[in-house]
Amino acid sequence: MKTDDLITLLAQDAPVGQSYGRAFVLALGIGIAVSAVLLFATVGIRQDMASAVATTRVLFKITVTSVLAVIGARLAMRIGRPGAETRGPALLLAVPILMLGAAVVAELVALPTGAWRTNLLGRNALFCLFFVPVLSLAPLTGLFWALRRGAPENPTFAGATAGLAAGAIAAAVYAWHCPDDSPLFLAAWYTIAIAGVSLTGALAGRSWLRW
Amino acid sequence: MPSLQALRRFRLPAACPAGGSVGKKNRQITGLRSLRKSLLPCGNKIVFPGVGQETVTQSAREEEWANWLRLAIKGDAQAYSRFLFAVTPHLRAMARRRCGLYGAPLSEAEDVVQEVLLAIHLKRGTWDPARPLGPWLTTLVRNKLIDSLRRRGRQKNVPIDDVCDFLEAADETNEAADRIDTETMLARLKEPQRDIVRSISIEGEGIRETAARLKMTEVAVRVALHRALKSLAALYRSE
Repeated sequence: MKTDDLITLLAQDAPVGQSYGRAFVLALGIGIAVSAVLLFATVGIRQDMASAVATTRVLFKITVTSVLAVIGARLAMRIGRPGAETRGPALLLAVPILMLGAAVVAELVALPTGAWRTNLLGRNALFCLFFVPVLSLAPLTGLFWALRRGAPENPTFAGATAGLAAGAIAAAVYAWHCPDDSPLFLAAWYTIAIAGVSLTGALAGRSWLRW
Repeated sequence: MPSLQALRRFRLPAACPAGGSVGKKNRQITGLRSLRKSLLPCGNKIVFPGVGQETVTQSAREEEWANWLRLAIKGDAQAYSRFLFAVTPHLRAMARRRCGLYGAPLSEAEDVVQEVLLAIHLKRGTWDPARPLGPWLTTLVRNKLIDSLRRRGRQKNVPIDDVCDFLEAADETNEAADRIDTETMLARLKEPQRDIVRSISIEGEGIRETAARLKMTEVAVRVALHRALKSLAALYRSE
Protein backbone atom coordinates (compact mmCIF):
# COMPACT_ATOMS: atom_id res chain seq x y z
CA MET A 1 0.00 0.00 0.00
CA LYS A 2 1.24 3.49 -0.73
CA THR A 3 1.88 5.48 2.41
CA ASP A 4 -0.15 8.40 1.06
CA ASP A 5 -3.10 6.06 0.52
CA LEU A 6 -2.76 4.81 4.07
CA ILE A 7 -2.83 8.38 5.38
CA THR A 8 -5.99 9.07 3.35
CA LEU A 9 -7.48 6.02 4.97
CA LEU A 10 -6.42 7.00 8.51
CA ALA A 11 -7.74 10.55 8.04
CA GLN A 12 -11.24 9.16 7.44
CA ASP A 13 -11.12 7.53 10.87
CA ALA A 14 -10.08 10.76 12.62
CA PRO A 15 -12.42 11.08 15.62
CA VAL A 16 -11.54 9.33 18.86
CA GLY A 17 -14.61 7.67 20.34
CA GLN A 18 -13.37 7.34 23.87
CA SER A 19 -10.08 8.61 25.21
CA TYR A 20 -7.77 6.23 27.03
CA GLY A 21 -8.16 8.11 30.30
CA ARG A 22 -11.92 7.89 30.25
CA ALA A 23 -11.89 4.20 29.28
CA PHE A 24 -9.48 3.48 32.12
CA VAL A 25 -11.59 5.20 34.78
CA LEU A 26 -14.75 3.52 33.48
CA ALA A 27 -13.18 0.04 33.47
CA LEU A 28 -11.73 0.60 36.93
CA GLY A 29 -15.09 1.73 38.32
CA ILE A 30 -16.94 -1.25 36.88
CA GLY A 31 -14.26 -3.64 38.12
CA ILE A 32 -14.45 -2.32 41.67
CA ALA A 33 -18.26 -2.38 41.66
CA VAL A 34 -18.45 -5.97 40.40
CA SER A 35 -15.88 -7.07 42.96
CA ALA A 36 -17.80 -5.42 45.83
CA VAL A 37 -21.14 -6.85 44.68
CA LEU A 38 -19.55 -10.29 44.47
CA LEU A 39 -18.44 -10.04 48.10
CA PHE A 40 -21.88 -8.91 49.24
CA ALA A 41 -23.66 -11.59 47.23
CA THR A 42 -21.50 -14.47 48.45
CA VAL A 43 -19.79 -14.29 51.83
CA GLY A 44 -21.10 -10.86 52.83
CA ILE A 45 -19.44 -8.38 55.18
CA ARG A 46 -18.59 -9.55 58.66
CA GLN A 47 -21.36 -9.47 61.25
CA ASP A 48 -19.60 -7.19 63.70
CA MET A 49 -18.36 -4.71 61.05
CA ALA A 50 -20.16 -1.75 62.62
CA SER A 51 -18.15 -2.04 65.83
CA ALA A 52 -15.02 -3.59 64.27
CA VAL A 53 -14.45 -0.68 61.88
CA ALA A 54 -13.73 1.52 64.88
CA THR A 55 -10.76 -0.60 65.94
CA THR A 56 -7.30 0.44 64.85
CA ARG A 57 -6.45 -2.91 63.28
CA VAL A 58 -9.51 -3.08 61.02
CA LEU A 59 -9.16 0.56 60.11
CA PHE A 60 -5.53 -0.01 59.22
CA LYS A 61 -6.33 -3.12 57.19
CA ILE A 62 -8.81 -1.24 55.03
CA THR A 63 -6.64 1.88 54.76
CA VAL A 64 -3.40 0.21 53.73
CA THR A 65 -5.02 -1.98 51.06
CA SER A 66 -6.91 1.05 49.70
CA VAL A 67 -3.74 3.15 49.59
CA LEU A 68 -2.00 0.38 47.66
CA ALA A 69 -4.97 0.10 45.30
CA VAL A 70 -4.99 3.83 44.54
CA ILE A 71 -1.24 4.04 43.97
CA GLY A 72 -1.20 0.85 41.89
CA ALA A 73 -4.12 1.91 39.70
CA ARG A 74 -2.61 5.34 39.13
CA LEU A 75 0.69 3.77 38.12
CA ALA A 76 -1.04 1.29 35.79
CA MET A 77 -2.85 4.14 34.07
CA ARG A 78 0.39 6.05 33.52
CA ILE A 79 2.17 3.00 32.18
CA GLY A 80 -0.34 2.85 29.35
CA ARG A 81 0.37 6.45 28.33
CA PRO A 82 3.52 6.97 26.26
CA GLY A 83 5.77 9.67 27.65
CA ALA A 84 4.00 9.87 31.00
CA GLU A 85 6.14 10.02 34.11
CA THR A 86 6.12 6.66 35.90
CA ARG A 87 9.13 6.75 38.21
CA GLY A 88 7.58 9.03 40.83
CA PRO A 89 4.27 7.13 40.94
CA ALA A 90 6.20 3.84 41.17
CA LEU A 91 8.27 5.11 44.11
CA LEU A 92 5.03 5.94 45.91
CA LEU A 93 4.52 2.17 46.26
CA ALA A 94 6.98 2.43 49.12
CA VAL A 95 4.31 4.26 51.16
CA PRO A 96 1.99 1.26 51.78
CA ILE A 97 5.02 -1.00 52.22
CA LEU A 98 6.44 1.27 54.92
CA MET A 99 2.99 1.59 56.50
CA LEU A 100 2.73 -2.19 56.72
CA GLY A 101 6.28 -2.51 58.05
CA ALA A 102 5.58 0.00 60.80
CA ALA A 103 2.32 -1.75 61.69
CA VAL A 104 4.05 -5.13 61.90
CA VAL A 105 6.66 -3.70 64.27
CA ALA A 106 3.96 -2.06 66.39
CA GLU A 107 2.00 -5.33 66.50
CA LEU A 108 5.06 -7.31 67.57
CA VAL A 109 5.66 -4.80 70.33
CA ALA A 110 2.02 -4.79 71.44
CA LEU A 111 1.53 -8.56 71.48
CA PRO A 112 3.13 -11.01 73.88
CA THR A 113 5.52 -13.36 72.06
CA GLY A 114 3.19 -16.29 72.64
CA ALA A 115 0.40 -14.63 70.64
CA TRP A 116 2.51 -13.95 67.52
CA ARG A 117 1.92 -17.34 65.99
CA THR A 118 -1.88 -17.41 66.36
CA ASN A 119 -2.16 -13.90 64.97
CA LEU A 120 0.07 -14.71 62.02
CA LEU A 121 -1.83 -17.85 61.09
CA GLY A 122 -5.24 -16.32 61.74
CA ARG A 123 -8.47 -18.23 61.21
CA ASN A 124 -9.09 -17.96 57.52
CA ALA A 125 -5.74 -17.90 55.77
CA LEU A 126 -6.58 -20.41 53.05
CA PHE A 127 -9.90 -18.78 52.27
CA CYS A 128 -8.10 -15.43 51.98
CA LEU A 129 -5.65 -16.95 49.49
CA PHE A 130 -8.58 -18.27 47.48
CA PHE A 131 -11.01 -15.37 47.66
CA VAL A 132 -8.72 -12.38 47.07
CA PRO A 133 -7.75 -13.70 43.61
CA VAL A 134 -11.42 -14.42 42.87
CA LEU A 135 -12.39 -10.86 43.82
CA SER A 136 -9.53 -9.54 41.68
CA LEU A 137 -10.86 -11.09 38.46
CA ALA A 138 -13.27 -8.24 37.64
CA PRO A 139 -10.84 -5.36 38.29
CA LEU A 140 -8.05 -7.27 36.51
CA THR A 141 -10.23 -7.79 33.45
CA GLY A 142 -11.19 -4.12 33.47
CA LEU A 143 -7.60 -2.92 33.79
CA PHE A 144 -6.46 -5.21 30.98
CA TRP A 145 -9.29 -4.03 28.76
CA ALA A 146 -8.20 -0.43 29.41
CA LEU A 147 -4.48 -1.11 29.01
CA ARG A 148 -5.06 -2.80 25.68
CA ARG A 149 -6.16 0.64 24.47
CA GLY A 150 -2.98 2.05 25.89
CA ALA A 151 0.55 1.72 24.59
CA PRO A 152 2.69 0.33 27.41
CA GLU A 153 6.40 0.26 26.70
CA ASN A 154 6.88 -2.99 28.61
CA PRO A 155 3.82 -5.30 28.40
CA THR A 156 5.04 -7.63 31.18
CA PHE A 157 5.59 -4.77 33.61
CA ALA A 158 2.25 -3.23 32.65
CA GLY A 159 0.53 -6.57 33.31
CA ALA A 160 2.27 -6.95 36.67
CA THR A 161 1.19 -3.46 37.72
CA ALA A 162 -2.39 -4.10 36.62
CA GLY A 163 -2.28 -7.32 38.67
CA LEU A 164 -0.90 -5.47 41.67
CA ALA A 165 -3.66 -2.86 41.46
CA ALA A 166 -6.38 -5.49 40.94
CA GLY A 167 -5.04 -7.59 43.81
CA ALA A 168 -4.97 -4.56 46.10
CA ILE A 169 -8.54 -3.63 45.12
CA ALA A 170 -9.64 -7.19 45.83
CA ALA A 171 -7.84 -7.13 49.19
CA ALA A 172 -9.49 -3.82 50.12
CA VAL A 173 -12.88 -5.34 49.28
CA TYR A 174 -12.13 -8.62 51.07
CA ALA A 175 -11.05 -6.69 54.16
CA TRP A 176 -14.75 -6.00 54.81
CA HIS A 177 -15.34 -9.69 55.27
CA CYS A 178 -12.04 -10.92 56.67
CA PRO A 179 -12.19 -11.84 60.39
CA ASP A 180 -8.39 -11.71 60.78
CA ASP A 181 -7.25 -8.24 61.70
CA SER A 182 -3.61 -8.56 62.75
CA PRO A 183 -1.00 -6.73 60.61
CA LEU A 184 0.96 -9.98 60.90
CA PHE A 185 -1.80 -11.78 59.02
CA LEU A 186 -1.94 -8.94 56.50
CA ALA A 187 1.80 -8.99 55.90
CA ALA A 188 1.78 -12.73 55.26
CA TRP A 189 -1.43 -13.79 53.54
CA TYR A 190 -2.68 -10.64 51.86
CA THR A 191 0.80 -10.13 50.48
CA ILE A 192 0.94 -13.65 49.04
CA ALA A 193 -2.51 -13.25 47.47
CA ILE A 194 -1.69 -9.88 45.90
CA ALA A 195 1.69 -11.12 44.67
CA GLY A 196 -0.04 -14.07 43.03
CA VAL A 197 -2.45 -11.81 41.16
CA SER A 198 0.44 -9.58 40.14
CA LEU A 199 2.38 -12.55 38.79
CA THR A 200 -0.67 -13.69 36.83
CA GLY A 201 -0.96 -10.17 35.45
CA ALA A 202 2.69 -10.20 34.38
CA LEU A 203 2.30 -13.50 32.53
CA ALA A 204 -0.93 -12.41 30.87
CA GLY A 205 0.47 -8.99 30.00
CA ARG A 206 3.38 -10.50 28.15
CA SER A 207 1.10 -11.69 25.40
CA TRP A 208 -2.04 -9.60 25.78
CA LEU A 209 -0.64 -6.14 26.24
CA ARG A 210 1.59 -6.11 23.17
CA TRP A 211 0.59 -3.58 20.57
CA MET B 1 -0.04 22.38 0.81
CA PRO B 2 2.28 25.38 0.87
CA SER B 3 2.36 25.63 4.65
CA LEU B 4 3.94 22.18 4.80
CA GLN B 5 6.83 23.29 2.62
CA ALA B 6 7.50 26.14 5.00
CA LEU B 7 7.26 23.79 7.96
CA ARG B 8 9.68 21.28 6.57
CA ARG B 9 12.53 23.75 6.54
CA PHE B 10 12.73 23.67 10.28
CA ARG B 11 13.84 21.05 12.68
CA LEU B 12 11.64 19.62 15.30
CA PRO B 13 12.25 19.80 19.03
CA ALA B 14 14.23 16.83 20.23
CA ALA B 15 11.81 16.26 23.02
CA CYS B 16 12.83 13.51 25.39
CA PRO B 17 10.27 11.56 27.37
CA ALA B 18 10.14 13.12 30.79
CA GLY B 19 11.95 10.90 33.25
CA GLY B 20 11.37 8.07 30.81
CA SER B 21 12.55 4.53 31.07
CA VAL B 22 15.75 5.11 29.15
CA GLY B 23 18.68 4.40 31.42
CA LYS B 24 20.60 7.33 32.77
CA LYS B 25 23.85 6.29 31.15
CA ASN B 26 22.15 5.70 27.85
CA ARG B 27 20.48 9.05 27.98
CA GLN B 28 23.74 10.81 28.56
CA ILE B 29 25.31 9.12 25.59
CA THR B 30 22.37 9.98 23.40
CA GLY B 31 22.43 13.49 24.73
CA LEU B 32 26.02 13.90 23.59
CA ARG B 33 25.32 12.28 20.29
CA SER B 34 22.37 14.42 19.44
CA LEU B 35 24.23 17.49 20.61
CA ARG B 36 27.04 16.71 18.21
CA LYS B 37 24.57 15.95 15.47
CA SER B 38 22.69 19.13 15.91
CA LEU B 39 25.89 21.16 15.77
CA LEU B 40 26.60 19.78 12.33
CA PRO B 41 25.47 21.82 9.37
CA CYS B 42 21.92 20.99 8.42
CA GLY B 43 21.36 21.98 4.84
CA ASN B 44 23.13 25.31 4.59
CA LYS B 45 22.27 26.32 8.09
CA ILE B 46 24.01 25.46 11.31
CA VAL B 47 21.62 24.57 14.07
CA PHE B 48 22.54 25.19 17.65
CA PRO B 49 20.44 23.48 20.22
CA GLY B 50 18.31 25.64 22.40
CA VAL B 51 19.52 28.91 20.98
CA GLY B 52 17.47 31.83 19.77
CA GLN B 53 14.92 31.76 17.05
CA GLU B 54 15.30 28.12 16.19
CA THR B 55 13.92 27.12 19.56
CA VAL B 56 10.97 29.41 19.13
CA THR B 57 10.20 27.90 15.72
CA GLN B 58 10.56 24.37 17.03
CA SER B 59 8.06 24.84 19.78
CA ALA B 60 5.80 26.73 17.38
CA ARG B 61 5.85 23.71 15.13
CA GLU B 62 5.15 21.29 17.93
CA GLU B 63 2.26 23.50 18.95
CA GLU B 64 0.92 23.49 15.39
CA TRP B 65 1.08 19.70 15.22
CA ALA B 66 -0.63 19.48 18.58
CA ASN B 67 -3.40 21.75 17.35
CA TRP B 68 -3.92 19.60 14.28
CA LEU B 69 -4.11 16.47 16.39
CA ARG B 70 -6.50 18.13 18.83
CA LEU B 71 -8.82 18.98 15.94
CA ALA B 72 -8.39 15.47 14.54
CA ILE B 73 -9.47 13.83 17.79
CA LYS B 74 -12.66 15.88 17.58
CA GLY B 75 -13.22 14.54 14.07
CA ASP B 76 -11.48 16.97 11.69
CA ALA B 77 -10.20 14.70 8.91
CA GLN B 78 -8.34 17.52 7.12
CA ALA B 79 -6.39 18.56 10.19
CA TYR B 80 -5.58 14.92 10.82
CA SER B 81 -4.31 14.39 7.33
CA ARG B 82 -2.16 17.53 7.65
CA PHE B 83 -0.70 16.15 10.88
CA LEU B 84 0.06 12.74 9.38
CA PHE B 85 1.60 14.20 6.22
CA ALA B 86 3.80 16.43 8.36
CA VAL B 87 5.02 13.58 10.58
CA THR B 88 5.66 11.02 7.83
CA PRO B 89 8.89 12.48 6.34
CA HIS B 90 10.44 12.42 9.80
CA LEU B 91 9.37 8.83 10.35
CA ARG B 92 10.78 7.89 6.96
CA ALA B 93 14.17 9.46 7.62
CA MET B 94 14.39 7.72 10.95
CA ALA B 95 13.29 4.33 9.63
CA ARG B 96 15.85 4.44 6.80
CA ARG B 97 18.67 5.46 9.08
CA ARG B 98 17.89 2.75 11.56
CA CYS B 99 17.26 -0.14 9.19
CA GLY B 100 21.00 -0.67 8.84
CA LEU B 101 21.55 -0.52 12.57
CA TYR B 102 19.06 -3.30 13.21
CA GLY B 103 20.07 -5.37 10.22
CA ALA B 104 16.70 -4.91 8.59
CA PRO B 105 16.60 -4.62 4.80
CA LEU B 106 16.27 -1.03 3.64
CA SER B 107 13.47 -2.16 1.35
CA GLU B 108 11.31 -2.60 4.43
CA ALA B 109 11.74 0.95 5.66
CA GLU B 110 8.45 2.06 4.15
CA ASP B 111 6.61 -0.81 5.83
CA VAL B 112 8.09 0.34 9.12
CA VAL B 113 6.83 3.86 8.42
CA GLN B 114 3.33 2.52 7.79
CA GLU B 115 3.40 0.39 10.89
CA VAL B 116 4.37 3.39 13.00
CA LEU B 117 1.64 5.49 11.37
CA LEU B 118 -0.91 2.82 12.24
CA ALA B 119 0.36 2.77 15.82
CA ILE B 120 0.07 6.56 16.10
CA HIS B 121 -3.44 6.23 14.74
CA LEU B 122 -4.66 3.41 16.95
CA LYS B 123 -3.07 4.85 20.10
CA ARG B 124 -3.89 8.54 19.59
CA GLY B 125 -6.47 8.26 22.37
CA THR B 126 -3.62 7.91 24.87
CA TRP B 127 -2.45 11.45 24.20
CA ASP B 128 -3.88 13.89 26.71
CA PRO B 129 -4.62 17.03 24.65
CA ALA B 130 -3.92 19.14 27.71
CA ARG B 131 -0.29 17.97 27.71
CA PRO B 132 2.54 18.67 25.27
CA LEU B 133 2.65 16.50 22.16
CA GLY B 134 6.43 16.03 21.98
CA PRO B 135 7.07 13.52 24.79
CA TRP B 136 4.04 11.44 23.82
CA LEU B 137 4.85 11.30 20.12
CA THR B 138 8.55 10.65 20.65
CA THR B 139 8.00 7.80 23.09
CA LEU B 140 5.29 6.13 21.03
CA VAL B 141 7.30 6.36 17.82
CA ARG B 142 10.48 5.13 19.48
CA ASN B 143 8.76 2.09 20.99
CA LYS B 144 6.97 1.09 17.81
CA LEU B 145 9.94 1.74 15.59
CA ILE B 146 12.25 -0.38 17.70
CA ASP B 147 9.63 -3.13 17.92
CA SER B 148 9.14 -3.16 14.17
CA LEU B 149 12.85 -3.00 13.29
CA ARG B 150 13.78 -5.73 15.75
CA ARG B 151 11.19 -8.01 14.25
CA ARG B 152 12.50 -7.41 10.77
CA GLY B 153 16.15 -7.22 11.65
CA ARG B 154 18.79 -9.90 11.90
CA GLN B 155 20.52 -8.53 14.96
CA LYS B 156 18.12 -8.94 17.81
CA ASN B 157 20.29 -7.47 20.49
CA VAL B 158 20.83 -3.93 19.43
CA PRO B 159 20.73 -1.67 22.48
CA ILE B 160 17.69 0.53 22.68
CA ASP B 161 19.08 3.92 22.01
CA ASP B 162 16.94 6.91 22.29
CA VAL B 163 15.34 8.19 19.16
CA CYS B 164 14.85 11.62 20.57
CA ASP B 165 16.35 12.96 17.39
CA PHE B 166 13.37 11.59 15.49
CA LEU B 167 11.98 14.96 14.71
CA GLU B 168 15.27 16.35 13.52
CA ALA B 169 15.56 15.25 9.96
CA ALA B 170 13.01 14.71 7.26
CA ASP B 171 13.23 12.48 4.24
CA GLU B 172 11.35 13.99 1.35
CA THR B 173 11.54 10.99 -0.94
CA ASN B 174 7.96 10.10 -1.41
CA GLU B 175 7.68 7.17 -3.71
CA ALA B 176 9.43 4.63 -1.59
CA ALA B 177 9.01 1.03 -2.51
CA ASP B 178 6.42 -0.46 -0.24
CA ARG B 179 7.19 -4.11 -0.18
CA ILE B 180 3.77 -5.43 0.63
CA ASP B 181 1.58 -4.47 -2.25
CA THR B 182 -1.93 -3.28 -1.75
CA GLU B 183 -3.72 -6.28 -3.16
CA THR B 184 -1.89 -8.78 -0.97
CA MET B 185 -2.74 -6.65 2.03
CA LEU B 186 -6.37 -6.25 1.00
CA ALA B 187 -6.76 -9.95 0.26
CA ARG B 188 -6.31 -10.66 3.93
CA LEU B 189 -9.13 -8.39 5.02
CA LYS B 190 -12.73 -9.55 5.20
CA GLU B 191 -15.65 -7.97 3.35
CA PRO B 192 -16.95 -5.29 3.69
CA GLN B 193 -13.69 -4.02 5.23
CA ARG B 194 -11.77 -4.78 2.04
CA ASP B 195 -14.23 -2.95 -0.15
CA ILE B 196 -14.26 0.06 2.18
CA VAL B 197 -10.47 0.25 2.41
CA ARG B 198 -10.15 -0.01 -1.36
CA SER B 199 -12.70 2.64 -2.14
CA ILE B 200 -11.37 5.16 0.39
CA SER B 201 -7.65 4.70 -0.02
CA ILE B 202 -7.31 3.92 -3.71
CA GLU B 203 -10.37 5.41 -5.28
CA GLY B 204 -10.37 8.38 -2.91
CA GLU B 205 -14.04 8.15 -2.01
CA GLY B 206 -15.33 9.67 1.20
CA ILE B 207 -17.25 7.89 3.93
CA ARG B 208 -20.56 9.18 2.58
CA GLU B 209 -20.05 7.98 -1.01
CA THR B 210 -18.81 4.62 0.21
CA ALA B 211 -21.82 4.22 2.46
CA ALA B 212 -24.20 5.11 -0.37
CA ARG B 213 -22.56 2.74 -2.81
CA LEU B 214 -22.47 -0.18 -0.37
CA LYS B 215 -25.97 0.63 0.92
CA MET B 216 -24.63 0.86 4.47
CA THR B 217 -25.09 3.58 7.07
CA GLU B 218 -22.20 5.99 7.54
CA VAL B 219 -21.79 4.78 11.11
CA ALA B 220 -21.47 1.18 9.91
CA VAL B 221 -18.82 2.25 7.38
CA ARG B 222 -16.89 4.10 10.08
CA VAL B 223 -17.01 1.10 12.39
CA ALA B 224 -15.88 -1.24 9.62
CA LEU B 225 -13.05 1.12 8.67
CA HIS B 226 -11.84 1.28 12.26
CA ARG B 227 -11.88 -2.53 12.47
CA ALA B 228 -10.03 -2.75 9.17
CA LEU B 229 -7.27 -0.49 10.48
CA LYS B 230 -6.93 -2.66 13.58
CA SER B 231 -6.68 -5.73 11.35
CA LEU B 232 -4.04 -4.06 9.21
CA ALA B 233 -1.96 -3.29 12.30
CA ALA B 234 -2.33 -6.91 13.39
CA LEU B 235 -1.26 -8.10 9.93
CA TYR B 236 1.92 -6.06 10.16
CA ARG B 237 2.66 -7.45 13.61
CA SER B 238 2.14 -11.06 12.58
CA GLU B 239 4.25 -10.85 9.46
